[in-house]
Amino acid sequence: MVFLSGDLKAAHPSARFLNAGTVPSWADLVAFLLLAACAILIVRGAEDMSQPLAALHAAPVTLDPARLPEYALRTTLRMFLALAASLVFTFTVATLAAKSRKAELLIVPALDILQSVPVLGFLTFTVAFFMGLFPGRQLGVECAAIFAIFTSQAWNMAFSFYQSLRTLPADLDEVSRQFGFSPWRRFTRLELPFATPSLVWNVMMSMSGGWFFVVASEAITVGDTTVTLPGVGSWLSVAIARQDMKALALGVAAMAVVIVLYDQLIFRPVVAWADKFRFEQTASQQRPASWLYDLLRRAAWTRSLARSLARLSGAAAGPLHPSVRRRAVRLPAPPPALGRILDALWLALVGATVIGGAWLLWSFLSVRLSLADLGQVSLLGLATLARVVVLIALATLIWVPIGVWIGLRPAWAERLQPLAQFLAAFPANVLFPFAVAAIVALRLNPDIWLSPLMVFGTQWYILFNVIAGASAIPGDLKEAADMFGLKGWQWWRQVAIPGIFPYYVTGALTASGGSWNASIVAEAVTWGHERLEAAGLGAYIAKATAAGDSARVALGVAVMSIFVIAFNRVLWRPMYRFAERRLRLA
Amino acid sequence: MTCFTPINTAAPLVEATAIRHLYGKAEGANLLVLDNVDLTLNENEIVGLLGRSGSGKSTLLRSIAGLIKPTEGQIAFPPRADGPTTVSMVFQSFALFPWLTVLQNVEVGLEAKGVRAEERRKRALAAIDLIGLDGFENAYPKELSGGMRQRVGLARALVVDPSILLMDEPFSALDVLTAETLRTDLLDLWSEGRMPIKSILMVTHNIEEAVLMCDRILVFSSNPGRVVSTIKVDLPQPRHRQDPAFRALVERIYAQMTRPDQAPAARDGVFPGMGLSMVLPRVSTNVMAGLIEAVHAAPFDGRAPMSDLAQDLQYEADELFPIAETLQLLRLAELREGDLVLTATARRYAEAEVDARKQIFAQQLLAHVPLAGHVRRVLDDRPSHSAPASRFRDELEDFMSPDYADQTLRAVTNWSRYAEAFSYDEGADRFSLDDAV
Repeated sequence: MVFLSGDLKAAHPSARFLNAGTVPSWADLVAFLLLAACAILIVRGAEDMSQPLAALHAAPVTLDPARLPEYALRTTLRMFLALAASLVFTFTVATLAAKSRKAELLIVPALDILQSVPVLGFLTFTVAFFMGLFPGRQLGVECAAIFAIFTSQAWNMAFSFYQSLRTLPADLDEVSRQFGFSPWRRFTRLELPFATPSLVWNVMMSMSGGWFFVVASEAITVGDTTVTLPGVGSWLSVAIARQDMKALALGVAAMAVVIVLYDQLIFRPVVAWADKFRFEQTASQQRPASWLYDLLRRAAWTRSLARSLARLSGAAAGPLHPSVRRRAVRLPAPPPALGRILDALWLALVGATVIGGAWLLWSFLSVRLSLADLGQVSLLGLATLARVVVLIALATLIWVPIGVWIGLRPAWAERLQPLAQFLAAFPANVLFPFAVAAIVALRLNPDIWLSPLMVFGTQWYILFNVIAGASAIPGDLKEAADMFGLKGWQWWRQVAIPGIFPYYVTGALTASGGSWNASIVAEAVTWGHERLEAAGLGAYIAKATAAGDSARVALGVAVMSIFVIAFNRVLWRPMYRFAERRLRLA
Repeated sequence: MTCFTPINTAAPLVEATAIRHLYGKAEGANLLVLDNVDLTLNENEIVGLLGRSGSGKSTLLRSIAGLIKPTEGQIAFPPRADGPTTVSMVFQSFALFPWLTVLQNVEVGLEAKGVRAEERRKRALAAIDLIGLDGFENAYPKELSGGMRQRVGLARALVVDPSILLMDEPFSALDVLTAETLRTDLLDLWSEGRMPIKSILMVTHNIEEAVLMCDRILVFSSNPGRVVSTIKVDLPQPRHRQDPAFRALVERIYAQMTRPDQAPAARDGVFPGMGLSMVLPRVSTNVMAGLIEAVHAAPFDGRAPMSDLAQDLQYEADELFPIAETLQLLRLAELREGDLVLTATARRYAEAEVDARKQIFAQQLLAHVPLAGHVRRVLDDRPSHSAPASRFRDELEDFMSPDYADQTLRAVTNWSRYAEAFSYDEGADRFSLDDAV
């Protein structure tokens, strides 16, 4: 038989087994120590969480630097618990939406709205709920904090997973059906791998948002109850109350260290690993690298661990569970007439629930609020809208030229891109006190000077997306532009702006959504007993939350949601569609 | 192995009877892709389903694979002495899991059947060895060339010991050299009886490939798909493309595929539907001009056998037919007994300069493509001389699926732009006479 191969690189597949000896290497030792340390830290953090609430009052959060590492650990642990919850939510709800047309009808618009709703506003309700669920235990407050983070992470992850499931390659789907894959095997072999790259990217975005919320949700004041969970967020809020600059700086530094560590220890390896799931048939030029991933791959024992894990998951769907396999046989579709009746029933049910919900909302709000409240909230909403528009425009004017400049210079882009991503992940609210102290000291107008805080953390999304867009402009286009001497405005109009536009829209959309959310913490800030407030919807929600006035919180959140959704539909979506249709480089 | 053992039962492997399949919703626009098709697959033969795109040959293959349930008709696997009949499939796009290695990809079907790990490994390695992939066990598909990827697809299909190997245009995504090597290798394995299969059923649109490999060829008409003839290929293996008998058979099949009685009478032209409801292919005006010039010039001088054209121009039948049929629709050429014959208008077109060519094309377009004439009349009637494209798209969607409507409108838009019959602004999605001469 003739043996044809044009690919020399692929001719040595055994190269990866060269150092697969049985003698433990230094890589084995390092990798083992790292993993063991992680396990111990997780166990310790979890032990602390189940303490009774009284222990929290007995040992309140102190500004003792020795305890800072522990606080940082607790904060990180909360993040990852919320992430685990988000993943469970993603796999169940998104799968349901992709497999059932009836569920899809409800879940997809709900996810779309939840993605753009200011989740910080929910804190009031969830804290009360979870404290009622576990009375007298820290667990209740912990759950409330974790739930707050969950609400900032889950939606876009679920959405991305749903979209992946809907765009499964048809030929792979046919192979799976032809071989009669069980639902579990289909999930592990086809659906999960295919969805992994975009899911990992969305997890990273979610984590960036999560840091912001973990800081805001650890020190919760609802009405008369104030709970400070041990964590970096509480450390910062105590430091703010005591106007302790040094402690504040320490807290910020701790946050930075945590983010760098989680990036290096968790996300880089995950991204490097997820690269093999990218759905493409050609080997890519530039592959994401991670020293830790290389280390773990090199260590012999992690490889054998991975192998036995794979065997376990294979066995779980293998001959041990023939019942699971039998379910792969498709049920015959119901006759069309019955299907239509079921559809109609389902629609009627959904309609009834919607009407019931609207009535409930109306009866709840109408007793407590008047139409004047609605008018006032709408006006405040306009004030916040004006801030968001002006600030995004300003951020665009500043960061687009800088981003393009960087993106066209690969050497700079390589160095600055991680920095921009780090800044986007860094919870900007920990830096607010510095700005507030400055505003107080200089007696500036809070209505104007508090505003920049809203884009403080979110402007980086614009920067790193623009950098990515500018680096993606094809070399031949750049060369053609040089050849014909395109310069100045013509160059921007015909080369740079069309090239970065799709990326810019993605970045600006994220930035504006984040800014709305940030307004809740940015429009009303404290520094010791100094209290600064800007007139706006964010300050309104923050005030109502502090006063425990759930009706006003609900109204504020609802109006803000409407503003955000309207903003997305009127501005960003048309821009997105335009970019999709006209500016795709394919 | 089991291939040449004498069989006492002459029971066929598959019997498909009266298969009819409709795509689309139960109500509204739908497309009949298969109409009353019968197929019997016996032991020890390679059968080819030959036809153009839209002839439903892939649909028939997928029905036998159990991936599609045909709207009407029966697919039966008659009981046999040697156990139940099983099928396995090779895909045009290879359909390999990019995140699994070659070995894992080959094992995937065995794994789904619950075969134990050691046996799985043993059988997968044997299949890899058989198909000439040894040394690549741990490579990922993206590290392989197209030919090696399709070998993985073959090994994966063979390792589950199917009675029938189904192949859906298995070589059409490969370059000419690689495809030829793979065909030869597969035929060698088959004739030496080294594959554990009893029969091969393959879909192809490449006439030479069908004649090269198959014992029996079913020629399909398109829109709707019907079997127009069954051709038995008695040439001894190995077959040679330059063999006069081989060439004659290829010619004969070309003639079969261009027979005028293939198109049902209740239709305007060669495309499905009539008048506005005609689904048109996107054929570039450059390609049309090129084909006209090629047939006009020596040695053809206005009349060329399609098989010669395909060979000369490096086109496959599937690519050549839509172009020829578009010319036929525009009354620039006619298909007669496997030959493409230029009309007098086309010969004038071939001799003319750029502007005159455009004029001729515009005349033919507006006179013979109902949609183009319709758009032009609407634009002439309106004082603004412009109209939204969505209006025509909606009209088309009354007759056909949105995808086909889009394709048809794009085809007519491009032809009209070339003919300067009317222009189209993509940003506004409007037709107008603005730039038209």
